[in-house]
Amino acid sequence: MDFFDRFAIPHPSPIIYASMVAIGLTVIAIVAGLTYFKKWGYLWREWITTVDHKRIGIMYLLSALLMLFRGGVDALMMRAQTAVPENTLLEAQHYNEIFTTHGVVMIIFMAMAFIIALMNFVVPLQIGARDVAFPRLNNLSFWLYFMGAMLFNLSFVIGGSPSAGWTSYFPLAGNEFSESVGTNYYMLAIQISGIGTLMTGINFIATILKMRAPGMTLMKMPMFTWSALITNLIIVFAFPVLTVALAMGTMDRLFGSNFFTTSDGGMDMLWANLFWVWGHPEVYILILPAFGIYSEIIPTFARRNLYGYKSMVASMVLISLLSFFVWVHHFFTMGQGALVNSIFSISTMAIAVPTGIKIFNWLFTLWKGKIKITVPMLYSLGFLPIFTIGGVTGVMLGMSAADYQYHNTMFLVAHFHLVIIPGVVFAMIAGMTYWWPKMFGFMLNERIGKWTFWFIAGGTCLAFFPMFISGLDGQARRMYTYSEATGFGIWNMLSFIGALGLAAGFILIVYNVYYSTRYASRDIGDDPWDARSLEWATHNPVPEYNFAITPQVNSSEAFWDSKKNGHKLFKGPFKEIHMPNNSGMPFIMSILFFVLGFALVFSLWIVAIISLIGVFACLAHRSFEKDHGYHISVEEIEKTEAERGGAEHENR
Amino acid sequence: MKTDNTMPLEYKTEQSRLNIFGFWIFLGAEIMLFGTLFASYFTLEGRTGSGPTGAEIFEITPVLVETFLLLTSSFTIGLGVHAMRIANKKAMLAFFSITLILGLGFLGFEIFEFIHYVHEGAGLQASAFTSILLTTLGTHGAHVTFGLFWGLFIILQVKKRGLTPETANKSFIFSLYWHFLDVVWIFIFSFIYLKGMM
Repeated sequence: MDFFDRFAIPHPSPIIYASMVAIGLTVIAIVAGLTYFKKWGYLWREWITTVDHKRIGIMYLLSALLMLFRGGVDALMMRAQTAVPENTLLEAQHYNEIFTTHGVVMIIFMAMAFIIALMNFVVPLQIGARDVAFPRLNNLSFWLYFMGAMLFNLSFVIGGSPSAGWTSYFPLAGNEFSESVGTNYYMLAIQISGIGTLMTGINFIATILKMRAPGMTLMKMPMFTWSALITNLIIVFAFPVLTVALAMGTMDRLFGSNFFTTSDGGMDMLWANLFWVWGHPEVYILILPAFGIYSEIIPTFARRNLYGYKSMVASMVLISLLSFFVWVHHFFTMGQGALVNSIFSISTMAIAVPTGIKIFNWLFTLWKGKIKITVPMLYSLGFLPIFTIGGVTGVMLGMSAADYQYHNTMFLVAHFHLVIIPGVVFAMIAGMTYWWPKMFGFMLNERIGKWTFWFIAGGTCLAFFPMFISGLDGQARRMYTYSEATGFGIWNMLSFIGALGLAAGFILIVYNVYYSTRYASRDIGDDPWDARSLEWATHNPVPEYNFAITPQVNSSEAFWDSKKNGHKLFKGPFKEIHMPNNSGMPFIMSILFFVLGFALVFSLWIVAIISLIGVFACLAHRSFEKDHGYHISVEEIEKTEAERGGAEHENR
Repeated sequence: MKTDNTMPLEYKTEQSRLNIFGFWIFLGAEIMLFGTLFASYFTLEGRTGSGPTGAEIFEITPVLVETFLLLTSSFTIGLGVHAMRIANKKAMLAFFSITLILGLGFLGFEIFEFIHYVHEGAGLQASAFTSILLTTLGTHGAHVTFGLFWGLFIILQVKKRGLTPETANKSFIFSLYWHFLDVVWIFIFSFIYLKGMM
């Protein structure tokens, strides 16, 4: 039985056993449901093998929401544990595991998936393209991400979760101090998912640079597309660094190499540097698409052009460059010396300048606008003040001398949550609500949506503002408990109440989806928000070929021009459309990657070698495969167009 | 499918132009990957612990042979792409085959070199220096190994299907990959071996 001992959880608790049962029951329910309703074929043909960017986007969206709840439960457990002094709800080890998985799940598997979901759905539509440059690669990207996420979550019930923090600093993450296989899961799951993300980066750069509609020069691209372009450039330059760092960490743990050890010349700080050379640009990978979403929503509902288009682009470019030169600010206290710290302090504070330009541009867009308070707009308006508070405290942390006071306290936790939540989470919910009608053909309920906003915005403030105070008073982060004499109790209790508010908000989102699916009107037209960019110029729901005729563009708000200034978007007759075929290979290959990852986690070498050969066999198969796609005939296009919108293309 | 007859065969369709462009971006990511390995190498190169130093284990002969083989293979694949452009399928296949044989020779010497290192006590576990040395060389060697299979598949396809826009596109992209590995090797040769032996 020795062989099976490795799969046991090192620190079992009733919560983990309960979740094992819950996972088992959910899997059985899904399998039974699919079999009963005879949906296996549908699932395989229409979703798993799809190369349609819209469907892949929706799959990313569902996975991101799933991970949001997974990471959210971790957050609730952390806040519950620290709500009162000397609480015994969780043990120290369990608490360590939870803050680690909370960070990884939220950053890598929730936020990344959410931005890629919206990029997938929106970008090809905004630039008037039929699909992304490499549709099948897109499917592979999704499945690698998904299998990485599943592998990571498996650690919870098989073998034990990682517990060295989401930054996984060595030597703590080395074999000596992290004995369980948890950190192996960390290294391999993020690696697999990261390969998928890198491919997404390549795919979208090629798509945006090479597949724009005629007339859409770079400076006429919608702002979300601009943000996606820059984000993907950062992905392509930052993710290989993570790939190398994770590979080194894996080798240290599995093969006894000495990259980050404390003996035989190993250098633990090399990990910290490599991690943050990726990790800081990663922050901007998350925030720039969010800025892009706000730059779409604010002009739409302020009913004005975006103020300062060129400075918006320039500030994003500047942010992306600076993002590679600030990484040391994550460890000012680790002994680089005053000169190095000063340089990184200045570059860090410099980022506030382009960010400030963006904030003012949004404010000037609102100025004298005829503002319509819809749910997406509400999130955008809430973002501005809360994000500014989070950002300004970031400048405080960026001053290296002062950072010795704030470092590793709850002040830092408050800071980065108050930029990430209003920055990324608000933007993702706003973007989801905004593009929901394009995705699913109905709108989310506005009344429930507004209630949700107040729960989430209020919950965010209540959960994180008290941490500024307890952090300045000296409460360290990542400590599972504290004594009553410290006086931190009241602030942590307030945080816990705020976290409950956030949880209520997220449950309301689910209720809203349910409610709107049942009761919302399906008769909303193609352009329910009276919006400005090309994605609203096609039908609702979007046909598989996106646009029957490739649109002609002459400004950054081509669709608005077509509505207000008589610009003709669609010229010429229908032509036959070439489409790519679906493929099951990316899914099979991702499963093999999953098996490979799992085998490496537990050092099952034979399984690992077999699955690795399988991966290469898939690549070889792809090399020899002949796949010319298929064509949609003019008659079929005419039929679809007549069904979805009559002859409106001719009217435009 | 849109074709453009003013372009060489490998650029003819829209998809093949996208493929080439996408591959250039991929090479950008590869530069970051090797750049990270080199940066780590420079950081760890003096941290030999109780293991050997570079000067103690590097030998010039096999390294020079490897360099000669790989640089020549880069030249021959260039000739292969030229033959493809003038639609000489036979010459193209011959040059691609020579390229792969040279690549195989390179790999053979590299494996021999690795065995030598392990005998000298410079295995992966010996020190931070040997860890990063073998990882950097190994990453390059793994790329070459991958390329050998890839190139073989392409030769088989050109042989069977002839020079079509698709096979020409694949061959051209493979040549970009092969040249890239050569460029990386020049950096390895200069900054790992020569610097280490001085």
